[in-house]
Amino acid sequence: MVNKFMAAGIVAATVVGAAGAAHAGKDLDAVKARGALLCGVGTGTAGFFLADSQGKWTGLDVDICRAVSAAIFGEADKVKYVPVTAQQRFTALQSGEVDLLSNNTTWTLTRDTALGFDFTGVTYYDGQGFMVNKKLGVKSAKELNGATICVAPGTTTELNLADYFRSNKMTFKPVVIEKVDEVRAAFFSGRCDVYTTDASGLYATRAANAPKPDDYVILPEIISKEPLGPVVRHGDNQFGDIVRWAQFAMIEAEENGINQKNVDEMLKSENPVIKRILGVTPGMGKALGVDEKWVYNIVKQVGNYGESFDRNVGMGSPLKIARGLNELWTKGGLQYAIPIR
Amino acid sequence: MTDAVPVGERRQLAPPVLETGALGWMRKSLFSSWGNGITTVVLAAAVLWLLSWFLNWAVFTAVWTGESGQACLGHGACWALIHEKYRLIFFGTFPYAQQWRPLFAVITMIAMLILSSDRRMWNSRLILIWGIGSFVTFLLMFGQIHIPLSLMLFVALAAGGLGMILRNAAVAQPVEINGWRALAAIGAAGLALRIAGVLPAWSLAIAPFSYVETGLWGGLPVTLVLATYGLAFAFPYGVLLALGRRSNLPLIKGLCVGFIELIRGVPLISLLIMASVMLPLFLPSGTTIDKFLRAQVAIILFAGAYIAEIIRGGLQSLPKGQFEAADAMGFNYVQKTLFIILPQALRVVIPPLINTFIGFFKGTSLVLIIGIFDFLNTANQALVDPLWAGFPGEVYLFAAFVYFCFCFSMSRYSKYLEVELNKGTRR
Repeated sequence: MVNKFMAAGIVAATVVGAAGAAHAGKDLDAVKARGALLCGVGTGTAGFFLADSQGKWTGLDVDICRAVSAAIFGEADKVKYVPVTAQQRFTALQSGEVDLLSNNTTWTLTRDTALGFDFTGVTYYDGQGFMVNKKLGVKSAKELNGATICVAPGTTTELNLADYFRSNKMTFKPVVIEKVDEVRAAFFSGRCDVYTTDASGLYATRAANAPKPDDYVILPEIISKEPLGPVVRHGDNQFGDIVRWAQFAMIEAEENGINQKNVDEMLKSENPVIKRILGVTPGMGKALGVDEKWVYNIVKQVGNYGESFDRNVGMGSPLKIARGLNELWTKGGLQYAIPIR
Repeated sequence: MTDAVPVGERRQLAPPVLETGALGWMRKSLFSSWGNGITTVVLAAAVLWLLSWFLNWAVFTAVWTGESGQACLGHGACWALIHEKYRLIFFGTFPYAQQWRPLFAVITMIAMLILSSDRRMWNSRLILIWGIGSFVTFLLMFGQIHIPLSLMLFVALAAGGLGMILRNAAVAQPVEINGWRALAAIGAAGLALRIAGVLPAWSLAIAPFSYVETGLWGGLPVTLVLATYGLAFAFPYGVLLALGRRSNLPLIKGLCVGFIELIRGVPLISLLIMASVMLPLFLPSGTTIDKFLRAQVAIILFAGAYIAEIIRGGLQSLPKGQFEAADAMGFNYVQKTLFIILPQALRVVIPPLINTFIGFFKGTSLVLIIGIFDFLNTANQALVDPLWAGFPGEVYLFAAFVYFCFCFSMSRYSKYLEVELNKGTRR
């Protein structure tokens, strides 16, 4: 028995060693050879990554995986989704279990450097916000002096709250409850005036847990920075470029009015910018190392950034998240794509 | 007793109506005193009230179909959610059009378990049942099975070698031509030829369906596979550990004790996290072992340690005389263990083994922390959908019901076996 185990171990080690040598470092080659992109997503957050009733992955973060697949393969469906939890996601990326992490990961300096990763952009600008009952008639967080605030004890959420109130010379009474479900229940039963957590979480809570979602408003103030974006590991810059530009292409398409419906007509457009983006004037695809039709494929199969946002988390979805910071820079938001030229 | 009736002609008076039947029982058990009577009435009222509330919620005002969770607001139980999501809960992210495959895989596995729970099958037929059952299950789940020639040869060598050792030890006839020897010889010769490059790299491909990798598996099949094969592989391994722990050789004994105590000293969660987070970092970059396989191995290691302790209990329950009698008969260690000790020890431990199985059937839901979609985790998935959010009670009740069906039948089976196996010792 012992011999059998040892032999099996040696066989496994040999196989593993050989496979390691075959595609060391070249992530893009590995993706192409495999014929599929391994995309690390979370285990279920409404609007961002979620298996629907038919077991298909949908969401804003999932659309990034599909866009990258469309850029590389010309087909958005060549993605294998690997559900990873918050604890294991970085290991999964480091060990090559996934090629790309699109998992609501907050971009920070240490993650971008010491962990050996590259963030390729920001797909969603999140941040801590406040939700109140409409009856209070509060329009701004500045009016919350003396409020009772439900908050889950955590590292940053509680600290941000205290900092914000101190810097605005206001006071508040915290109601600190360990479990998320109980915090929500406390808020909706009226035990506190305000509930605070990341804004995307507030919208999801309102859509999912409020007895009457229309009775609650989310205040415009965002008091912390949580830039969420896709992550790749160091070592293959070309693959990182494709991930980065797949997202920029979606934003650029929205900015230029190219969407899923009109993309075929746009091919005939005389606008030199659109001609360059859609590959009618060749060059961009070659520079990136993908097919010239890459943006066309992304927009045709996945949609532009605005469409994806609307379908997954925006007004076209039950979450009804306002564009806010995620509006295009031309409309007062932060989504600013680097020009494709 | 006051009537003087002659012996032999004693009149058999029926006891008073209030002393027998349902009425008598009620009077004795429920209304034997004022205090008991009041307690009975109050509790009965409470039970009825709860029951009517539950029935009202779960049946009369329940919503059975609907487009989204909105349809359920203001009504009772939202069974429409289960109606919408039951395929996700049972089969997870398995390709939707192909979900008949996990369905039949589950049926196969249940059939396999039911067949092997019949005592008449507890012989070489068991190997046949599990061989065919496992093959069908994994063929349905994977869709395609490729068996490389070298693996077949290796298995032939290992099986032949093992069979040879056991048989030699059992019959004590060192020079004997038998099937095991032939098998081992074929395996060894084939492997040698394969390594020398004479035989080509060939593999047997059985591919009736499209390939579905383990990353897409989910729901009930995952729970069943993890629990069933976790225990099936842990069992022989646990037997070896238990025997090793009672060994006279200090090295073997030390290794076994160390392993068992180490594994039993840490929670399953930490083993799973080790397997999913630490292990990949030790491997060369770019290489991964299937996540499902890692979780399965972690469960096997964990279950092995527990089974070893259960079996050790069985071994210790045997009187010393059994060991001494076997020694006196001139049996060697393998003969003694195979023919005298294990059959008796295993009979004792079957009910606690089933108990362990029930525990592991539920315990496998811990794999959700490493992102594997077992049955409970797919149920959680159903909750996250914002269209249907807000009805956790219905989903968990449904999941609990399914778990209960499995665990209760296993527990009844264990009870039946206890009676069945102790027939010999009961009067």
